[in-house]
Amino acid sequence: MKFRIYRYDPEKDAKPYVKDYDVELAVTDRMLLDALVRLKSVDESLSFRRSCREGVCGSDAMNINGKNGLACITNLKELKEPIELRPLPGLPVIRDLIVDMSQFFKQYHSIRPYVVNEAPPPEKERLQSPEDREELDGLYECILCACCSTSCPSFWWNPDKFVGPAGLLQAYRFIADSRDAAINERLDNLEDPYRLFRCYSIMNCVDVCPKGLNPTRAIGKIKDLLVKRAV
Amino acid sequence: MTLPVRRFDAIIVGAGGAGMRASLQLAEAGLSVAVLTKVFPTRSHTVAAQGGIGASLGNMSEDSWLWHMYDTIKGSDWLGDQDAIEYMCRMAPKVVYELEHFGMPFDRNPDGTIYQRPFGGHSANFGEKPVQRACAAADRTGHAMLHTLYQRNVRAHTHFFVEWMALDLVRDAEGDVLGVVAYEMETGEVMILQAKATVFATGGAGRIFAASTNAFINTGDGLGMAARAGIPLEDMEFWQFHPTGVAGAGVLITEGVRGEGGILLNCNGERFMERYAPNLKDLASRDVVSRSMDQEIKEGRGCGPHKDHVLLKLDHLGPDVILKRLPSIREIALKFANVDPIREPIPVVPTIHYMMGGIPTNVHGQVVAPSGGATNAVVNGFYAVGECACVSVHGANRLGTNSLLDLLVFGRAAGNFIVDQRLDRVEHKELPRDAGDAALSRLARIDSNQGGEGMAPIAADLRNTMQAHCGVFRNAELLSEGVRKVMELEQRALRVTCADKSRTFNTARVEALELDNLIETAKATIVSAEARTESRGAQARSDFPGRDDANWLKHTLWYRDGNRLDYKPVNLKPLSVEAFPPKSRTY
Repeated sequence: MKFRIYRYDPEKDAKPYVKDYDVELAVTDRMLLDALVRLKSVDESLSFRRSCREGVCGSDAMNINGKNGLACITNLKELKEPIELRPLPGLPVIRDLIVDMSQFFKQYHSIRPYVVNEAPPPEKERLQSPEDREELDGLYECILCACCSTSCPSFWWNPDKFVGPAGLLQAYRFIADSRDAAINERLDNLEDPYRLFRCYSIMNCVDVCPKGLNPTRAIGKIKDLLVKRAV
Repeated sequence: MTLPVRRFDAIIVGAGGAGMRASLQLAEAGLSVAVLTKVFPTRSHTVAAQGGIGASLGNMSEDSWLWHMYDTIKGSDWLGDQDAIEYMCRMAPKVVYELEHFGMPFDRNPDGTIYQRPFGGHSANFGEKPVQRACAAADRTGHAMLHTLYQRNVRAHTHFFVEWMALDLVRDAEGDVLGVVAYEMETGEVMILQAKATVFATGGAGRIFAASTNAFINTGDGLGMAARAGIPLEDMEFWQFHPTGVAGAGVLITEGVRGEGGILLNCNGERFMERYAPNLKDLASRDVVSRSMDQEIKEGRGCGPHKDHVLLKLDHLGPDVILKRLPSIREIALKFANVDPIREPIPVVPTIHYMMGGIPTNVHGQVVAPSGGATNAVVNGFYAVGECACVSVHGANRLGTNSLLDLLVFGRAAGNFIVDQRLDRVEHKELPRDAGDAALSRLARIDSNQGGEGMAPIAADLRNTMQAHCGVFRNAELLSEGVRKVMELEQRALRVTCADKSRTFNTARVEALELDNLIETAKATIVSAEARTESRGAQARSDFPGRDDANWLKHTLWYRDGNRLDYKPVNLKPLSVEAFPPKSRTY
């Protein structure tokens, strides 16, 4: 199988280049990650992150034939050859397919990603109706792989000012939680020309999310809440 | 060579459930804490846990911590320490409620309480009937828990060293642990992180086997470091085969599928677990179900063209239950088995999942080892929690849902114990002059070796050897041959060559460093397994089919030095209740 892979080691390469590989796969190599592991056994300098190999840890996000996705749950049969692999767009490259995700996590941290509720908790669990709990479905499942934010042109232009789809999805996850008591502070924190309103509903995020989540819809709900609060 | 030194009150190695539950206690108490992790915290393998957290909340029907305790002891085949098991089961409701207060998105019952599902080996009234004890967030409980703990640590301003790997322990002449030598992956820098308390929460080591549910990162780093520092490893022969890994892929299918009503079928369409475990059937404990499946396959009743797996049927649960309670299972089945479980069964095989053994500790997480006549002498400054530790609550076989519980209970307990030490008033001890030598010489060896093999073929041979020689059923011949092969692999590993000399994010070098830890874990496992001439829990010897309490109701301790084995008694005395004496184990 043929690959064209972005390579860059700052210690020896003046600039990035693309390297071609042609590797014979085993019948058991089903996913793109299987192929990458096999490639690494041939060329151990090829560098990428990976861990759970089942689409839940979010380590192996990369740009696959022009579209962001997770290598471990991308079936090789679905890919056109040569398979072109590049690091996630818009973030600084550390080496090969490994990007510096500091900016991405900084935005995630900026939305206060935890339930805020200063009321002393009961001795047992706080009660929450199944309907209120359902409000969190489609939100809490995010794996922070960054496929969405690094496919978003608004995030490319303003990664320091625009929270990005992943961070905003999580912002809404806490707004939507019936146990959270900081909705106003959360809305204040986002009421800003950049932090929230750089989303122009391009919907690349929805297109690439490997977990099938919909950040654009969550962002729309935050915008609705801001409008409602204003009137 | 002098290495740079950074000092903290406490360092934690590993940012999975146990590490982050411990760090939360420490950070909230205001200690200076550093958490080292090979991967960003939410990528730790706790994220892959699916089914639930065991706790006798009694939200679905009557339950009690004593029943949970009994089930855990029976599940452990009486090898678990009853003091630790009592502590864990009594604490379970508290740690689950805390997690809910932290924001964990548990599924809910109509009355607003936490939803609980049945799970293997969990029963009401001392084995009478299944009970719903597994507190669940759909089939993503580990993901929800790990993210919740990370979020809470963000709130507590815990300091993480992300993509740092601990290489070796620093121990002084008195045997006290003073920290670790650590390697920053992005830059290749090596540094000593000195601490008054060093907590290992490094997780499992399933990557010593070929067919494993474990992540790539589960390479037994804590076990390797402890073994090299002269600390014994306990009960390493006990490895859990999860009954339902996707055939060929190894990816986990939660026991929660059977908890929700899924059943296992052989090629005749027979629900064979009715024969092996008439009472709990498909919800018998994991060692029992895995052996039964292996038996069915061995006797020619496996499914598929090679008759090499069995089927997990759940279509009868209906699309509503599957989509609501088991959505990720459907995703996994579609992606990795090419079947839609709403219509078709999933091909499954017993797959390595969990290490019951580990670094010996007491209920405070303090590492203990025989010394000066005492069986459980504390190793000063050293703690271990979670899968890398052996406290021992799982004994010879862990019950499903007790791993997430173990992380929460003992991560928290170790954190609280360390807070009580008032480390702010304690001075750092002086580092030994050779503090970094062992780690640096390992690095130098990997960098200077030439012309040898790379890491990949050695690790592959190790995984295949362990799979073939230390599987579901073991015998003397397989094991002694396996020990010989693993010792040969250790020699090959010493010559491992890393052609990539870059300092920048050199994953080949990291894998070569991990190989040393895989080798130590594999040695401990197979040497301990060969010596134990009985069948108990997950150790099934076809040449010694019975449990032998007279000779083997004891914990194994393996020492790296000379592959020496020692033993210590099982604690059969709970903290406050009557002991549960060993009896025959049927489901």
